[in-house]
Amino acid sequence: MKVSELMSLIKARNLTGEVSTDKEVTCGYVCDLLSWVMAHGEEGMAWVTVQTHLNVVAVAALADMACVILPEDIVMEQESIDKANAESMCILSSPLKAYEICGLMSAQGIPANA
Amino acid sequence: MEELFRISYPVAAADYSSAGKASADIKRRLKQLGVGGDVLRRVAVASYEVELNLVIHSEGGELCLTVFPGAVQLVSSDVGPGIPDLDMAMREGYSTANEEARSLGFGAGMGLPNMKRNSDEFDIKSKVGTGTTITMRFNLSA
Repeated sequence: MKVSELMSLIKARNLTGEVSTDKEVTCGYVCDLLSWVMAHGEEGMAWVTVQTHLNVVAVAALADMACVILPEDIVMEQESIDKANAESMCILSSPLKAYEICGLMSAQGIPANA
Repeated sequence: MEELFRISYPVAAADYSSAGKASADIKRRLKQLGVGGDVLRRVAVASYEVELNLVIHSEGGELCLTVFPGAVQLVSSDVGPGIPDLDMAMREGYSTANEEARSLGFGAGMGLPNMKRNSDEFDIKSKVGTGTTITMRFNLSA
């Protein structure tokens, strides 16, 4: 599934307009502890988190993730969005809760590991 | 062994807004040198963890990347405060991170174990009052 298809699935909007939504999502993850995510991050991952600071973008970019998903219409600070645009990391914001987002991704066959 | 490339990055204590800059640059430079795949990902994870450790725990330090024909080496050295109990520090889930670090999602106690897991060789030396040096090597031929 591409990031663009994931967006319709979870009713998300793209906060990083300059970044392509053509990347392939290979697996999903939900966690707010950055070190934990560093240990388990994978290429192509769609990562659900409520964290919005600069280091979220750094972790996602270092692991070559497909996108970061903010649940419950959480908005990211502009500084982080600017960095995400610069690093070509797609940031999505969905009105759904993290639990619902993961449920939808799982039902569509997106696995926990790529 | 002949050095192909070397660069050092100063890392300031408690500077969370710049944290990750050195790691991002290391990843970019290694990519330019043709390093990719699993090794690049492991170096990226380990360099970010060690950079964040300098930001969260040290009084300031330096991260040095050296590229050899068959290996990549990362050396982190700081000016203190040093780790009193290395065995505890290496334990997964053990953390001495402060409230500020925890509020940003750090302090899971995964940093040092993550570095050890992702590197092919890992060495840590620490002396309270003097500082900590971490040396990691990643084999390129593996």
